[in-house]
Amino acid sequence: MNSTPFNRILIGFAFSPNLKANVFEAMRLAEFLGAHLYFLHVGSKSPAKAKTFTEILEESPVQPKDFTVLWDEGTPIEVISEQCEKNQIDLLLLGAMQRENMVKFYMGSIARKLTRNAPCSVLLMIKPSVVRKASQHVVVNAFESPGTENTIRAAFHFAQALSASKLTLVEEIDRSEVAEEADDDRGLRKVTLRKEKLKRRELSRVREILTHIPDTLKENIKIHSQSIFGTRGYSIGHYAKVVRADLLIMNSDEKRKRFLERIFPKDLEHILSELPTDVLIIKNKQNG
Amino acid sequence: MGKTKTFRSFLGALPGNIFAGFVVSLVALPLGLGLAIASEAPPIAGILSAVVGGVVVALLGGSQLTIAGPGNGLVIVLLSSITLLGGGDLYQGYLFTLAAVVLSGILIFLFGLFRFGALSEFFPASALQGMLAAIGIGILAKQVHVMLGVTTAGGSPFDLLAQIPDSILYVFQNPTIEVLLAAVLGVGSFLILILYSRIQNPIFHLIPAPMWVVVLAIGLTYYYEFVAAVPYPMGKNLLITLPENLLGNLPFPDFGKLGSLEFIGIVISLTLISCIESLLSIKAVDKLDPLKRRSNVNKDLRALGIATTISGFVGGLNVVTVIARSSVNVNNGGSNRSANLFHALFLLLFIVLFQDQIQRIALPALAAILVYTGYRLAAPENLIMLFRIGKEQGAIYIVTLGMTLAYGLITGITFGVLATFIMHVLINKSVFFFTRNWLKPNVLMFQEEDSGNYFVSVKNFCSFLNFYKLKALLDEIPEHEHVIVDFSLCEFVDHTVMEGLSDYRRSFSSKNGVFEIIGLDVHFSDTQHPFAIRKVLPMKDFLNLGKHLTKRQKTLEILAKKLNWSYRPELSSEANNLEQFEYFKSKQINYQYNVLFDETEQFTLFDLSYSEGAFIAKEDLKSSFLMIRLEEKVPQFILDKEHLLANLYEPLGYQDIDFVEAPDFSRRFFLGGKNRKEIRKWFTPELIFFFESHSYFHVETNENTLLIKGRNRLSSIDEIKKMLAFGTELTQILKKQ
Repeated sequence: MNSTPFNRILIGFAFSPNLKANVFEAMRLAEFLGAHLYFLHVGSKSPAKAKTFTEILEESPVQPKDFTVLWDEGTPIEVISEQCEKNQIDLLLLGAMQRENMVKFYMGSIARKLTRNAPCSVLLMIKPSVVRKASQHVVVNAFESPGTENTIRAAFHFAQALSASKLTLVEEIDRSEVAEEADDDRGLRKVTLRKEKLKRRELSRVREILTHIPDTLKENIKIHSQSIFGTRGYSIGHYAKVVRADLLIMNSDEKRKRFLERIFPKDLEHILSELPTDVLIIKNKQNG
Repeated sequence: MGKTKTFRSFLGALPGNIFAGFVVSLVALPLGLGLAIASEAPPIAGILSAVVGGVVVALLGGSQLTIAGPGNGLVIVLLSSITLLGGGDLYQGYLFTLAAVVLSGILIFLFGLFRFGALSEFFPASALQGMLAAIGIGILAKQVHVMLGVTTAGGSPFDLLAQIPDSILYVFQNPTIEVLLAAVLGVGSFLILILYSRIQNPIFHLIPAPMWVVVLAIGLTYYYEFVAAVPYPMGKNLLITLPENLLGNLPFPDFGKLGSLEFIGIVISLTLISCIESLLSIKAVDKLDPLKRRSNVNKDLRALGIATTISGFVGGLNVVTVIARSSVNVNNGGSNRSANLFHALFLLLFIVLFQDQIQRIALPALAAILVYTGYRLAAPENLIMLFRIGKEQGAIYIVTLGMTLAYGLITGITFGVLATFIMHVLINKSVFFFTRNWLKPNVLMFQEEDSGNYFVSVKNFCSFLNFYKLKALLDEIPEHEHVIVDFSLCEFVDHTVMEGLSDYRRSFSSKNGVFEIIGLDVHFSDTQHPFAIRKVLPMKDFLNLGKHLTKRQKTLEILAKKLNWSYRPELSSEANNLEQFEYFKSKQINYQYNVLFDETEQFTLFDLSYSEGAFIAKEDLKSSFLMIRLEEKVPQFILDKEHLLANLYEPLGYQDIDFVEAPDFSRRFFLGGKNRKEIRKWFTPELIFFFESHSYFHVETNENTLLIKGRNRLSSIDEIKKMLAFGTELTQILKKQ
């Protein structure tokens, strides 16, 4: 690991009004992460298309050292997945859609499938822009899961690369863990005590993870920690929106073992149906 | 150690609870008889349900101050059940209905077991009010005739209302002593009930209004027996009969119609109405509790279910939590569940010892109590209030009211819910907005790690459809904490939610917590009322209530200008932490208006609407107050005119502090407070002379605020000026000390 875990970035592009913003955003990101950038167009290559694209590339204020433009035909999901595998991509960039007349963003069905099936981490961008907007606040999930430590580590790399000033670790605690009901004053006292205890437990677990992160990665970043009792996968998105975070970093889908957990919507579903901000989903490479 | 201490405090509170239970039983006796008769059940059935309810709920319930017994809401269902299932034979119908009561008891128990205590949250507030009003009109429509001594009227509520002129004409066309006496007793009783709260005589108020009616009715029979010495000229059909042997021949429920569709419908109606009435009452009684305890509604539902089943087996009706009797309990110093038990025991004692006297109560007197109950349920003020909140709320109320009267309770409330939803869709011009977001989580709560404050954020929309999610979170915050509820991500907030939140604000404020609502300033509301619907996108302003100032308001405005103060005429539910003053401990603050305040907000003068008691025992009050922020902390005390029966503050644990050196002051004023020593030191001769030489005001302090209350009505401009002068002078004396 010389700089960050993100050495190869791929962005799919189509000739849409957003093209310029998407390209600029990707180039900036590649520059920050010091990564090799792959542009992929699913569709036939024509001289006109190639010309337009090159013109946009040349306009960009940042020019990454090395990038590759790929042209490939087929169904988007398959082609993008294949190219990610072939080029050992670490990070896939996808753009979100905006609900008409509303300030809400969501992932289209193709992007959603890609998020689930991509062999690498995925960054979902809600508002790519031509001009750079600095990232300030990064929110990371820290709930108890095997993938979490890896996610937190990646989050610190990312935050350093983007020189974000604040990073909040959110521990989502499922309400059912409280196992008490605030029916009356006595119940309320029990609930409050139990919540305090759970919060302390979560806090010490997160502190433990933080000691494993090298100090150089923690430099110049204010680290906060916040416990939330609520629906897992939902609360963190709502929290990111409330604190106006610039980037939300999550674990990818967990491999669920219990049957019951399978039939309920997966944790990521809440985020994908309504993106609170840019979302980075970290794929745990070791687990495949 | 802790156990013996609680036991000792329980014993200490026992006399107070026995007394409260006694007063409640005085109200429960006529109400129990009346409600049973109104349902066409034997009169004793109402008393039986109160006795069973009182005993069982006191032992197993989860609330402290509630009283259980037969409820108003069920009269309509029970009445239609007894007449429908019996097919003309009322007694057979009663036996079938008992079976329905037993089954609904089991269902209510299950509701409690599966924690359906949040059930009443799913009904829009205005629709519930419309349904209650329909119940009130249903009771009133039938009982008006009985009150006038006419028992032949029948038919649907609309028919009954249409027949009222006929019954009045009948009385005037047949002026025999029998007809006239019944009508005079009925109307006289009704007048007692209406005028009771206007008569401010404390001795008269020692006996609750319904008991005065009973005293009048029984006294009349004794007059005829001993003074006039003629037979009581009251028709046989207008007198109560109790069974000879109370416990000997208990009726047993007849389960013969178990499978029939109408039977099942009745069981469901009984269950639903019982639960709603109980849940609403428990919530309302919690607001009146001076100690602000939180009731366990699910535990209460379980106890009510068991009580209902037992009651059905011994011939009683459904047992619900009843608001009027509970509030009588609170006002008479009831402090724990034993009051409920004693109310049941006293009732039992009454029917055993005074069987003869009870049979002397003529129906028109009981009908008058029911007419008054019905009137309070359907009071036009409620509708006017809803129209103030918003035109759409009035419309929902009327739809529910009409539908319930025409097609019954279940259909009525269903239409009420639908009407509310359609209103919301029309206001937002989108169905998808609701359908897409209804089942999604929309609330977030976290305790901010640095400040320790609780932050609650609500997204999308918040209405009766999903208020339970927000409530579940808010219920988990201890009331002495600081809460911030943020609606800036929420596009639509309805009346049910606004009203619910104001209850939270109240309970937080009474326990020294802070409950802030933010992010609603971007929302548009139709009226100035604090409970109005909030919507992000602007809507046409079609109702211009509150734009015209009354004469008094105009003079207040001029006064404010003269003093260089600010003046705000509109209603607001922000009550400046008034709940922390002892004066408001068992009162409910509705809203404040006509607020005058100076630049630094040291002086705040306002009119306040608040109420004491609830439902038929409710007294609405409006008074003018002056609140002064002092620079330094002062000892907590209450100063009031000394009454003949000045035990007003004794239930709160205050005793009069007298000064030997100031006999005049000690005689004329009641002074109480937590730290008696400090108060004695603090009341200097100069201060005592000040109070002696000025007119009476209720003066109370809490930390560094001073509250001065005018009369039990709004003060006139002159009185307000006097109050201001009193306050200013008092502050100057305090400054010197």
